Amino acid sequence: MHKLKLFSQEPVEAAPLAVFRILFGILMLWSMLRFWSYGWIEKLYIAPKFHFSFYGFEWVKPLGLWTYGLFFVCGLSAILITLGFKYRLAMLTFFLSFTYIELMDKTTYLNHYYFVSILSFLLLFLPANAYFSLDAKYDKSKRFKYVPKWNIDVLKLLLALVYIYAGLAKLNSDWLLQAMPLKIWLASKTDVPLMGSLMGKAWVPYVFSWFGALYDLTIPFLLLYKPTRWLAFFLVAVFHIMTSVLFNIGMFPYIMIFSTLIFFDAGFHHKLLDFLSKTFRWDTSVFDAKATLREKHNTLTILKYGIVSLFFAVQLLLPWRYLTYPGELFWTEEGYRFSWRVMLMEKAGYAQFKIVNKASGKWFYVDNSEFLTPFQEKQMAFQPDFILEYAHFLRDHFAKEGQDTIEIYVESYVTLNGRRSTEFIDPKVNLLEQRESFKHKKWVRPFKDDIKGI
Amino acid sequence: MMKKYFGVSVSLFLVLLVWACSSDTDEGVDPPPTAPTFNRVTLLTNWADNIIIPSYQSFTDTFATFETSFQIFSQERTQGNFDAVRSAWEAAYRSWQHVSMFEIGPAEQNGLRLNVNTFPADVLLIEDQIAGGTYDFTLSSTRDSKGFAALDYLFNGPEDALASFTNATTGDGRITYTSDVILDIGTRVNEVLAAWESQFRDSFIASDGSSSTSSVDRMTNDYIFYFERFLRAGKMGIPAGVFTGEVAPNTLEAFYQEGLGNALFQEGLDAVQDFFNGVRFNGGANDVGFDDYLRTITGGDELAQSINNQMNMARTEVNALDSFLSEIENNDPPVAMLEAYGEVQRLVPLIKTDMFSLLSIDVDFVDADGD
Repeated sequence: MHKLKLFSQEPVEAAPLAVFRILFGILMLWSMLRFWSYGWIEKLYIAPKFHFSFYGFEWVKPLGLWTYGLFFVCGLSAILITLGFKYRLAMLTFFLSFTYIELMDKTTYLNHYYFVSILSFLLLFLPANAYFSLDAKYDKSKRFKYVPKWNIDVLKLLLALVYIYAGLAKLNSDWLLQAMPLKIWLASKTDVPLMGSLMGKAWVPYVFSWFGALYDLTIPFLLLYKPTRWLAFFLVAVFHIMTSVLFNIGMFPYIMIFSTLIFFDAGFHHKLLDFLSKTFRWDTSVFDAKATLREKHNTLTILKYGIVSLFFAVQLLLPWRYLTYPGELFWTEEGYRFSWRVMLMEKAGYAQFKIVNKASGKWFYVDNSEFLTPFQEKQMAFQPDFILEYAHFLRDHFAKEGQDTIEIYVESYVTLNGRRSTEFIDPKVNLLEQRESFKHKKWVRPFKDDIKGI
Repeated sequence: MMKKYFGVSVSLFLVLLVWACSSDTDEGVDPPPTAPTFNRVTLLTNWADNIIIPSYQSFTDTFATFETSFQIFSQERTQGNFDAVRSAWEAAYRSWQHVSMFEIGPAEQNGLRLNVNTFPADVLLIEDQIAGGTYDFTLSSTRDSKGFAALDYLFNGPEDALASFTNATTGDGRITYTSDVILDIGTRVNEVLAAWESQFRDSFIASDGSSSTSSVDRMTNDYIFYFERFLRAGKMGIPAGVFTGEVAPNTLEAFYQEGLGNALFQEGLDAVQDFFNGVRFNGGANDVGFDDYLRTITGGDELAQSINNQMNMARTEVNALDSFLSEIENNDPPVAMLEAYGEVQRLVPLIKTDMFSLLSIDVDFVDADGD
C-alpha cells in the first residue's frame, strides 16, 4: 500500500461520513419534492416539443409521463441513502436517475446539478453506510466506527476543487475591474431585505466581486485549518445565504453550507448524531463497537483506487480544456460547462432562423415560440451548440412538411456583461452544413472586445 | 495558538467589513452615474397615472363618441350618418393602438386584446350569426366574429355596406349585431379602466420590486411581447409572409379599409416609443420611462439613444410604403415591405436582448433556478 500513499489508510471516525450521507439524502429528497411541487417536471421535461441534448447523449430523452416515475425513483433512493439502507444500490440508483434527469435537456444545466451528479458518483465508492445506518445496524459485517482516512479526504478535496476553480474563474477583467455582471444584477436588487439600500451604490458590486473571488480562493484553506474553521463556516453561511437572498439559485447554497460540515472534527458530528438519536429515541450503542474498516489488498480495491484517481484527474483537468479553443471563452462557451464557472456572465441573445428553400429561393423566418419554451429559447439564443442543434431540429421538422431542399441561416445578436449586442453567428453560414463536434466552431463570430484573465 | 489565529481572522474580517461599509465616499471608485438608485416607484407611477390610465380614458371617450354616432345611424340610416360612424370607428380603432400593449392586470384577466382586436375576422361566422340571430360573445370561439375586425368587415366589407344596413329584411339584424359587438368592446374596456382606477393602480405601483413577478418586470415583458407579436408580426410580418414565405394580405389589420393598416401600425409604434420615453399621454411632456431607467446604468444612455434612433428609422421606412395591401398584392415578394419590416425587426434584439440585460429583467417569467 505504500505506493498508494494518496489513499491514506489511517483509521478515522466514520461519523462525519454518516452525517454527510444523511444530510445529502435529505437535501436531495427536498430537491426532488421541490422540483415536483413547483410543476417543473411537467414544465421542463414534458411540455416542450423538443429537448436540447448533450453531445453524445442524444439518446437521453424525457420519458413522457414516466418522467414522474424517474423523479420518484430518484427521491426514493434519496430516502434510502438517508437511512443508509441498501446504501450502494440506493446510491447507484440515485446517481443514475439524477444524472439521467440532468442529461435529458441541457437547457436546465446548472453547475450545482453537475456537482450533485459527480458527488453521488464519488459517494458510490465510499463506505458512508458504515456508521449510523440501517445497513450497519442489521449487518455486523458492514458496521465500522473507523474507516480509512482517504474516504473523508476525497470529499474535502472535491469541495476544495469546486471552490478554487470557481475562484480562479473570477480572476478576469470583467469580474475584477468592471464588477460585471454583479454591477448589473445588484443594481436592480434595491428591494432585498437589509441590504437593499446598499445595492444602488457604485462601490458595492466591486466589494462583492472582490470578496467573492477572495472567498472562493481561500475558503477551502480556512476550512482545513482548524483555528480558522469556525470563522470559515461562518463565512460559508453568510456568503451562501446572501447569494440565496440576492439570486434565484435554488438549493445550491444549502448544499454547499451542509457539505462544508465535512471539514469539522468527528466530535462535532457525534454531537449532531447524538442529537438525532435522542430526538428520535434510537438506540445507537450498536454502532460504537469500535470496529475498523480495513481495505483488502485485492483487485477490486485497486480498481476502486484507479477509478477515484481517474475521477480526480478528470476533475482537475476538465476546467482547463477551454485553453485548447481559440477565441473568448465567455463568448463561444467552448469548454465553459463542467468547470465551476458560476455567475460570471450576464449574457442574453436573440436568434432568428431563416429557412431558405433552395429550389424556389423563397424564404421565411421561424417563430421560435412554436417549438421552444421561453426558457429554452432564452438559453438557445446565446449558446452556439444550442443554435446548431435547434437548426437541425428545424430541418427535420420542415423536411416533414415537404420542404426537403432547405438551407437554414441564423441572424443572431448577443450581449455579454453589459456590452452592446453584436452579431453572434455568421449569418451566411448554412447551419445544416455544420456538424456538432468538440472542434472549434468557426462560424461563431469573433468577440469584439477583450476579457483578460484566466 | 488557536485563539491568536482566530483573533487575527476575526479582525481581518472586521477590517474588511468596516472598509466595505465606510468607503461610501466617491473617491477611488467609479463616479456614480447620474442617479445611483433608480426609483421604480416613480417609473410605475408615471406609467399608471400619466400614460396607462389617461390612454384608457381617451379610448373610452373616443369609443363613446363612436357608440353615439352608431346609435344615431341606427335610428336614421343615411349616407351622412354612415360616414360619421365610419370616421368615429376609425378614430376609436386608432385610439385602441394606444392601450393594446397594456395587457396586464385587469386587461390580462379580461383577455382584452384578443377579445377586442382579433384579426382576420371570420366573415362566414359573422354572416351566420347575423342570419341566425344567436351568438355568445363570451365564448372564445366567437373572438374572430367580433371586435374591431368584425366592425371593419361590417362597415367596409360588403360591396355596398350602407345598403346591407338599410336592407328591409336583414338590415335590422345587422344593426343589432353591430351594436352588440360595440357593446362587447365598450363593456370590456370600461371594466378594465374601472379596475385600474379603483384598486389596480395602487397594487401595480406597490409591486415595485425586482422579482420576475413585480410590476416593472411584468410590464417590460408585456411591452416586448406586444412589440414582437402584435406590432411587428401581427401588423406587418404575418401579412408579408415573413413566417411562412407566402404573403397573406387577408391577415392585414383593417383589411377592408385599404391603408388604415399602415396608420394603425404608426399609431402602435408611436405608443410604443412614447411608452419607452415615458411621454405623458396628455400634453406629451417627457417624464420617466425606460430611457431614464437605462441612463442610470453604464452604457444605458447610448442604448436608449440607439433604440430611439431605430424607432425613428422604422417609422420613416414604414411611412414611405404604399398601403400594405398594395405592397403585398403588387410585389412578390413584397421587397419594400420586407425591408421596412427589417427595420422594425432590428428593434427586437435592442430591446429584448440589450435593454433586458442592462435592466436585469428576465425574458418571460422563466420559473427555474440559476447558478
